[in-house]
Amino acid sequence: MESIPVEHGLILAAILFSIGLIGVLTRRNIVFVLMSLEIMLNAGGLAFIVGASRWGHAEGQIMFLMILTLAAAEVAVGLGLIIQMFRRYKTVDINVLSEMKG
Amino acid sequence: MIALFYIAAIIAVIATVAVILQTNIVHGLLYLILSLLAVAVIFYVLGAPFAAVLEAIVYAGAIMVLFLFVIMMLNLGQHTRDQERSWLTPRGWIVPSLLAAVLLGQLVNVMSQIDHELIPAQIGVMEVSALLFGPYVLAVELASILLLAGLVAAYHLAKTK
Repeated sequence: MESIPVEHGLILAAILFSIGLIGVLTRRNIVFVLMSLEIMLNAGGLAFIVGASRWGHAEGQIMFLMILTLAAAEVAVGLGLIIQMFRRYKTVDINVLSEMKG
Repeated sequence: MIALFYIAAIIAVIATVAVILQTNIVHGLLYLILSLLAVAVIFYVLGAPFAAVLEAIVYAGAIMVLFLFVIMMLNLGQHTRDQERSWLTPRGWIVPSLLAAVLLGQLVNVMSQIDHELIPAQIGVMEVSALLFGPYVLAVELASILLLAGLVAAYHLAKTK
């Protein structure tokens, strides 16, 4: 089978991570911020899979499974918070959360 | 196989850029699903079929459907789309893009010093699950507790008073 340079896989993960970072920093819609966080977590998982493929070990895939679990739990809690926020403020703008009063 | 890797990589990058540029949430979500499926193809090419299947089922399936349900519950209409358009000014993109470009430059600089060739060897379900239920069984238990905590927290947070 042909070979792929390992740095290409890692650079792809870095590009996806940077795009996710731009999304988190730029967007004001909280749903898009959560989606960008998903992109960043996925990029981390991609780096682990590239590592697993490089060394021929299954441990990288196990770390990917842990990231998958973490992402699922994080999304459940984040979406619950979004629903609660929308119920209180009737908007998805994160700037309305600038004052944290009980 | 090697061409498949680069095609899927290009699709993943384009779809991910499209996600953060969208003003319509549902369109952004569909692009994100496309991006995740492209990453699943990359996993398959890199010799991780189990991770590829989980990426398609759990990420592109379950998590994105969860997003879709919440977007339907919020019922955001034309008003939000106009608001979104007014939020996305070109000036707001400059500083975050610059910071991310600096970070990306550093990462690429470090990573281009690695020059290993990667020969994708298939690591199937059996190897992964033998490790998962062997030395890493405690991690599986902790993951299940984390998911339970997430379930309880989501139920509590989304509850109406």
